[in-house]
Amino acid sequence: MTASVGTSVKRAILARIASLTEGGWRRIIRDQPIIPLLILLAALVAVLELAKPGIVSGNWLATTIRAATPLAILAGCQTMAMLTGGIDLSVGAVASMAAFLMATLATGQGPVVALVVAFAAVAIAGLVNGIGIGVFKVHPLIMTLGMSLVVLGLMSVYQLLMVRSGTLIPDAIQWLGSGISLGFVPNSLIVFAPVAALIVIGLRRSGYGRLLFAVGDNPIAARLAGTRVWQVLVVLYIFSAILAAIAGILIAGNTNTATVSLVEQSVLPSVAAAVIGGTSIMGGRGGYSGTIVGALILTVVTTLLTVLEMPEAVRQVLFGVIIVVVAAAYTRVSGEA
Amino acid sequence: MSNGAATVPRNRTEIIELAGSWARRNVWTLGLLGLLVVVFGITKLLQPNYGAAAIQGLAINILPIALAAVAQAIVVISGGIDLSVGSMMALASVTSAVLMKGQGDLFGVAVVGGVLVLGVVVGAINGGLVVATKVPDIVVTLAMSFVWAGTALLILNTPGGGAAPWLMAIISGPLGTDWLPKAMVVLTVIVAVVWLPLRRSTLGLTLYAVGSNPLAAFRSGVAVGPTKIVAYALTGFFSALGGLALTATGGVGAPVPGSYTLQSVAAIVLGGVSLAGGRGGVLGPIIAVIVLALVRTDLFFAGVDPNWSTAIQGAILIGVVMFGSLVAMRKVRA
Repeated sequence: MTASVGTSVKRAILARIASLTEGGWRRIIRDQPIIPLLILLAALVAVLELAKPGIVSGNWLATTIRAATPLAILAGCQTMAMLTGGIDLSVGAVASMAAFLMATLATGQGPVVALVVAFAAVAIAGLVNGIGIGVFKVHPLIMTLGMSLVVLGLMSVYQLLMVRSGTLIPDAIQWLGSGISLGFVPNSLIVFAPVAALIVIGLRRSGYGRLLFAVGDNPIAARLAGTRVWQVLVVLYIFSAILAAIAGILIAGNTNTATVSLVEQSVLPSVAAAVIGGTSIMGGRGGYSGTIVGALILTVVTTLLTVLEMPEAVRQVLFGVIIVVVAAAYTRVSGEA
Repeated sequence: MSNGAATVPRNRTEIIELAGSWARRNVWTLGLLGLLVVVFGITKLLQPNYGAAAIQGLAINILPIALAAVAQAIVVISGGIDLSVGSMMALASVTSAVLMKGQGDLFGVAVVGGVLVLGVVVGAINGGLVVATKVPDIVVTLAMSFVWAGTALLILNTPGGGAAPWLMAIISGPLGTDWLPKAMVVLTVIVAVVWLPLRRSTLGLTLYAVGSNPLAAFRSGVAVGPTKIVAYALTGFFSALGGLALTATGGVGAPVPGSYTLQSVAAIVLGGVSLAGGRGGVLGPIIAVIVLALVRTDLFFAGVDPNWSTAIQGAILIGVVMFGSLVAMRKVRA
């Protein structure tokens, strides 16, 4: 009900904005979801400025991007997993593990060793995910849920062993995660820009990127065409774990804390950002540029609700409603066209 | 299945044959029962004093999780999944706790009825959205888990409220003999009164049919959409029961969903319900919940750091599912 009303309102607005035919707009939403998403983002920013005049500034831009960056990276894990018809719910536990390992080892062994160990550990977690999903054909939801339990449990045990050493976030990581240069450029972009470029271009241009789409669109056809599906999936989940680790370390740098459940609350928003960005959980449809805008939209909505002094509960309800409405709009557009 | 129950077995070989085919169909559940006996034996070895009192505590502890597992099992059998089970439980828990606090017994009964209706409505909204929007069930219920958890937080910001004394009394303590905890009786009665007749009915058959092959069910004249909505409504109903159990065991309403959704998914997978739909029952998941709880107890008795138990639970989940799919793959090849 809500969905159809939402789309009809959207349709009416869109029809007035341009003289394009309805079918033309549908095609745009289906093939280039980033255009309506950017319009939505701009509208949200306008509402934010109306709600609290003067809030939109260079510093606001920097803090917004800084908050959106780790979410966008985690949503990148979801985007790629969803393109193959999977999902990675272990990103929260894996990202927290990377941050926690780095922070505890940095005190004794130094930052370089700490980072190496952290990335090695997450790569193992990703490898196990990939083997379970690719070789043993375990449902990705179950495999990654189970993996997040294993990782969380192991980290809790490790936490007790390391209780004396304490945690230390290296200065460089803090600078990367929380620093802002020139008044409006968050330093985390140094990490995020190449990662984003790699994913966006990799998905569109590289053979491996096309394989992800192929596996998600039709796994049987992909296999018959000679794709080694399990190898594609193993590489995917290792890559996903490494991306999650980068996000976790950036969050640790931004908040200057590291706990075993640091990133847990970002798991569901990361799925939300990918869904809003136009990636289908059924596989085969989507892209990363939309996901980045989706992460920005969620961040701006959060700021807007904070400005309006809404309780956390309202934010949760609204997040849920946004996901359902946007996903329904995509399904309608792509199903009917 | 209904054929087997309808024909009266004439001689011994026929009875053995029937028992054999029943055993083959329920091999996973039987295996779990065996596992339960083994785990219980280990518990007894580790802690010879483990007896009636401990079992009563165990039964009360697992009641909310067992109801969550039943809720999840029903929707997965019908080919869906509901990631908002934990949130619906939180919603039911806070609603009941807020309304019941300081009220009389009769009003408490009305509250319980009202919360169960609320569960059905909330579940039906989940199902209606899944059917109407055609968005994958994982996405819809994940989104709705935010909505219901947020609503629960709006009703009650911190744990509070109260439970009617009779509601707490109904699940605590033994019934007759010390070895029969009331919580276990409540669980059995609920499942026997709601699920067993349902499973035998046409509706139960259509739930399985829709889960195992929606297209075939549609072509056989099953109204697939409404059946799915009913499945989600039933999941909402059992989640509401789980929420009431939370209120009854804790004595207050808990607005934070906890890990009940994850635990319910883990329990049904261990309990032999196929995530592809159409296969499994509710007995397996309930036994799985007990086994998992006993494994945690064993680890505690064995002096293992409690933090290991989370990791071990995850490893068991992954291991069992891998084993299950290995068996399935070998079957396909053979």
